[in-house]
Amino acid sequence: MDFGSINPVLLLASLMVAATPILLAALGELVVERTGVLNLGVEGMMIIGAICGFAVAVNTGSPVLGFVAAAGGGALLSLLFALLTQFALANQVASGLALTLFGLGLSALLGQGYVGIKPPPVDKLDIPLLSDIPFLGPVLFSHDLMVYFGLGLVAAVWAVLKYTRAGLVLRAVGENHDAAHALGYKVVRIRVLAILFGGACAGLGGAYISLIRVPQWTEGMTAGAGWIALALVVFASWKAGRVLLGAWIFGGVTVLQLNLQAAGIAIPVEYLSMSPYLITILVLIIMSADRSRAPASLGRIFHASQ
Amino acid sequence: MTLTKLFATAALALGLASTAMAQDKTKVGFIYVGPIGDGGWTYEHNKGRLAVEEHFGDKVETVYQESVPEGADAERAITQMALQGADLIFTTSFGYMEPTLAVAGKFPNVKFEHATGFKTAPNLSTYSARFYEGRAVQGHIAGKMTKSNIVGYIASFPIPEVIRGINSAYIHAKKVNPDVEFKIIWAYTWFDPAKEADAATALIEQGADVILQHTDSTAPQAAAEKAGNVITFGQASDMGEYAPMPRVSSIIDNWAPYYIARTQAVMDGTWESVQTWDGIGPGMVGIGEISSAVPEDIKAEALALKDAIATGSYHPFTGPLKKQDGSDWLATGETADDGTLLGMNFYVEGIDSEIPN
Repeated sequence: MDFGSINPVLLLASLMVAATPILLAALGELVVERTGVLNLGVEGMMIIGAICGFAVAVNTGSPVLGFVAAAGGGALLSLLFALLTQFALANQVASGLALTLFGLGLSALLGQGYVGIKPPPVDKLDIPLLSDIPFLGPVLFSHDLMVYFGLGLVAAVWAVLKYTRAGLVLRAVGENHDAAHALGYKVVRIRVLAILFGGACAGLGGAYISLIRVPQWTEGMTAGAGWIALALVVFASWKAGRVLLGAWIFGGVTVLQLNLQAAGIAIPVEYLSMSPYLITILVLIIMSADRSRAPASLGRIFHASQ
Repeated sequence: MTLTKLFATAALALGLASTAMAQDKTKVGFIYVGPIGDGGWTYEHNKGRLAVEEHFGDKVETVYQESVPEGADAERAITQMALQGADLIFTTSFGYMEPTLAVAGKFPNVKFEHATGFKTAPNLSTYSARFYEGRAVQGHIAGKMTKSNIVGYIASFPIPEVIRGINSAYIHAKKVNPDVEFKIIWAYTWFDPAKEADAATALIEQGADVILQHTDSTAPQAAAEKAGNVITFGQASDMGEYAPMPRVSSIIDNWAPYYIARTQAVMDGTWESVQTWDGIGPGMVGIGEISSAVPEDIKAEALALKDAIATGSYHPFTGPLKKQDGSDWLATGETADDGTLLGMNFYVEGIDSEIPN
């Protein structure tokens, strides 16, 4: 038993890294679900993002281009979902699951030539002056760009949904698509755009795993992160701030439990291993005790003739 | 009417023909726990499958299913493979033990082979490799190479196979470096690159400069490389793309000869239920090239240890050894019997950690 061997600075710094992939994917899904669409294909879009980002980063030598490609790849795959559910009016749950299976298979195919290759390194930002502040510096100001991008996205999604006209329209579509349609809003177009945004975010989350967190390409490497992101959206009651909180708790407890194990703390490992899930669910359930609820049109199919 | 008849006859003939063809070919099935591109455990099993195809050519047909979860779902996957007409099915992870046993009971004419387990039936063999022999060599190198005297170990599940590896590595690290300390993380997964990378990072942050892994992906290698000045060992596969640093050596599983021999036995009708457990000597366990990052003298010692194990002149579990609780296990010169090793559920003396139940 030796708490002393756990360095809180390194722990908090790794927390930010561990939380970023699910944070990005969950934010995208949040916007999608706010427009009333349930896309269960997050895992598939993440893994496609992971391989697209990896392949492009390796071939061009530029991680930035890799992330752009990851967003593109994720959005492209989500376009398939959009076509199925918005134009062919297919069942959203089934289409989403199919998207995950398709994404996993396609990524394995695309990734065949990339096993065992190392991606170009992503530099940490090390913001001058700020990163020299003791404790806070290494925790907050010496990460890679994507960590800050994720935080910025939380703020942007929150502000857009809450304060802008676009956010209001988006929420209206998710709450009552018939009413929104009657008011003259293009329900299908808004939903397709949201789905594309969700795909791009999931793709970025996947690429964060393959380019920064691991960093390498292995088949099936997202290993369920997409499902956790999905669950996070529900437990966070479709609110951006709570998604951030949930991602931090989940990432934090994941990293902490590994550190506790390594330090030989005498808590049975089984409890430590399930703690990230339990604690995240618990905290978010307590927080969602207020009257927040799912968008009313979530998962319902819309057609203008109905 | 005649047209229908024609079709029916054609269909029947086609059906008969395909049955006849199926009888000509021996169908061999594989159930994998991870994707074939994991670069480790499943990758090597799949190499064995490809070797079977190459060796027998048109006489065999192989099928496989990857990323099959351990537990109830595995039974469905194995049953499906048996229903598809497989003559011989290899289930390649410890967690498939009960499902394989159950399916073997239902298909007495299909031969089953379960990797790393201990339950057998008239049509169910077990096979495994003595990975702990390779762990002894790793432990020796780890003990010599560590500067912080902290060795990190990413373990998967608390099963005898994994515990044996930890003990073997620890004994041989301790032998050459009395100050060495093992920090063990149970990942509770065979394959989750992100989690494996996090585990490696946590160990490195707590001072480990050697990382041993019993999980299947190359993610810990990547994490060690990122940290710099940390050495690792390839697990199950050579993982040579990370040589010479951080990967300084590896344990390589070589299943191909076994898979070919067992397929041949099914073809000849000589297949019997056996329990195979081979090590470095017969070639089922290989030690990957020790890289230039290891000084020559340590490399020579490690190779000598490997040779001694291969010839059988040295057993990695040779007394005097005590269990973690201080009770006696092996007297001086005594070696562990296979029964104890197969069911190993205790740490040896000196490991400051507890095995989860």
